[in-house]
Amino acid sequence: MLDITDLRVTIGGRDILGGVDLSLRQGQVHGLAGESGSGKTMTGLAVLGLLPHGARATGSIALEGRDLLGLRPKELNRVRGGEIAMVFQDPATSLHPMLTIGRQLTEHMRHHLGLGRSEARSRAVELLAKVRIPGPEEAFGRYPHQFSGGMRQRIAIAIALACSPKVLIADEPTTALDVTVQAGVLRLLRGLCDDLGLAVLLVTHDLGVMSAVADEVSVMKDGLVVESGPRGQVLRTPSHPYTRSLLDSLPEAHAVPGESGQQSAGDGETA
Amino acid sequence: MTTLTISDLVVEHRSPGRPVVRAVAGASLTVSPGEVVGLVGESGCGKSTLARAVCGLHPAAEGEITFGGRPVSPLGLRRRELTAIQMVFQDPYASLNPRRRVGDQIADGLRTAGDTTTAPADLLERVGLPREFAGRHPHEFSGGQRQRIAIARALAARPSLLIGDEPISALDASAQSQVARLMRDLAVDSGAGLLFISHDLSVVRLIADRIAVMYLGKIVEVGRTEEVWADPKHPYTRALLGAIPQPDGLGVLPAELPGDVPDPADPPHGCRFHPRCPLVMDVCRVKEPDFGPVACWLHAPE
Repeated sequence: MLDITDLRVTIGGRDILGGVDLSLRQGQVHGLAGESGSGKTMTGLAVLGLLPHGARATGSIALEGRDLLGLRPKELNRVRGGEIAMVFQDPATSLHPMLTIGRQLTEHMRHHLGLGRSEARSRAVELLAKVRIPGPEEAFGRYPHQFSGGMRQRIAIAIALACSPKVLIADEPTTALDVTVQAGVLRLLRGLCDDLGLAVLLVTHDLGVMSAVADEVSVMKDGLVVESGPRGQVLRTPSHPYTRSLLDSLPEAHAVPGESGQQSAGDGETA
Repeated sequence: MTTLTISDLVVEHRSPGRPVVRAVAGASLTVSPGEVVGLVGESGCGKSTLARAVCGLHPAAEGEITFGGRPVSPLGLRRRELTAIQMVFQDPYASLNPRRRVGDQIADGLRTAGDTTTAPADLLERVGLPREFAGRHPHEFSGGQRQRIAIARALAARPSLLIGDEPISALDASAQSQVARLMRDLAVDSGAGLLFISHDLSVVRLIADRIAVMYLGKIVEVGRTEEVWADPKHPYTRALLGAIPQPDGLGVLPAELPGDVPDPADPPHGCRFHPRCPLVMDVCRVKEPDFGPVACWLHAPE
């Protein structure tokens, strides 16, 4: 679906990414782990052409054969929000505080899909129901501050899904949320990925989150992917010493055997 | 000794045209010297309001807070006598003055404690920063470094109780456990108590001696960290711990706690957790369990 090969990004002569290779497949969640400053977010931003001013990207990012790095800004605008969408870390800042969520949900739909006002509205209500916002009809006219953090992140996901993207980039989508709310958002992401056949790039530092939803895991360090593979392999039998040190540094590594056993009995579904 | 005792504390937020919100609705807790107490709960449950009330930033509507046997007076414009309680705030980008050198800001703390022998640079050293940083301004530091400076400033006043109100949630993931451990070490070394508020249970588990779990203005469970972690009693504590995803590579989705935190202006009758509780019984809908250490009818004292 999306193939990143030898992606290099330099800002002011400094190498931020030193040759990243990743490939996302339909209906799969690809997790990207690593410490802060390892270039996880930059990889996500490079796909959307949202790199900071003065950054130079080389290599290739191919979406179904088209190289995104070579596109002109106008063509890229058609891809952004249309075929590739992004969910950011903090829903309190990624939503516009002074526009109703209905407006924020329909604006890009009308632009990208050329829908009329009423069509866009009915689709928006449908989307809000899909991300399980209670009372989607009434929610349409409300403002972001009237929702809780978890609800806002669900709305941000609905906005990202509005134009039926093929690729969804989620940059730390649950970091700003409480654990109980995080569980719901992760279930939602996993479900959407399975139902809609989205390819998801999940950027997170939390290996627990990674383990819960990702199919493939890549670990980044200093702008390079040091290890990549299926979730079970990378998290259970890491081959790179850096991955092992990340796992060993977690207090959770040896936690509550009884509890995780209970959960896997009830919810042990994998894709 | 200087023990913090909170008994049946009620804090209300009043705003015109809105119903009174009981952010803290009868909470009791003690923090002994040299002890680290972690206060956890979902956002909006009143943890921060509790911390602010302990500092005297919110008046108590009912109940009382005593520190070393004396009541904590509300913070006003006059010079404060109670400098033994110090607080580290959530956002170090907002809690440090951007226009003053960090050394001067730390010196404020030293002055309140009447300490003339310690230099601000000594405190920077204690929080693991180079001495020469004292001459710099806050914008020259990263989030983790700023939070260290805020901790140094709080420690400068020689507190016997340090309060951290979500001190790590604005920091990068890699800096979070470092800063949390640093706070613990510094507080315990100086013999001060630490009330550490966070919604991140894995970090609280690392540093706290005791955990208090708060839900909608009430403390629903208190206990030693290992015990609470190994054998959570209250259904809410179980839900909180069960929601933490495990990095075991099995692809297990964490258990979800359905519903949102109810509106604190209109809390449910009976037990506050009953609309979301998987083990709800008839008695829970009628009568509120007001006993400890586990406020749940399943664990009522004999």
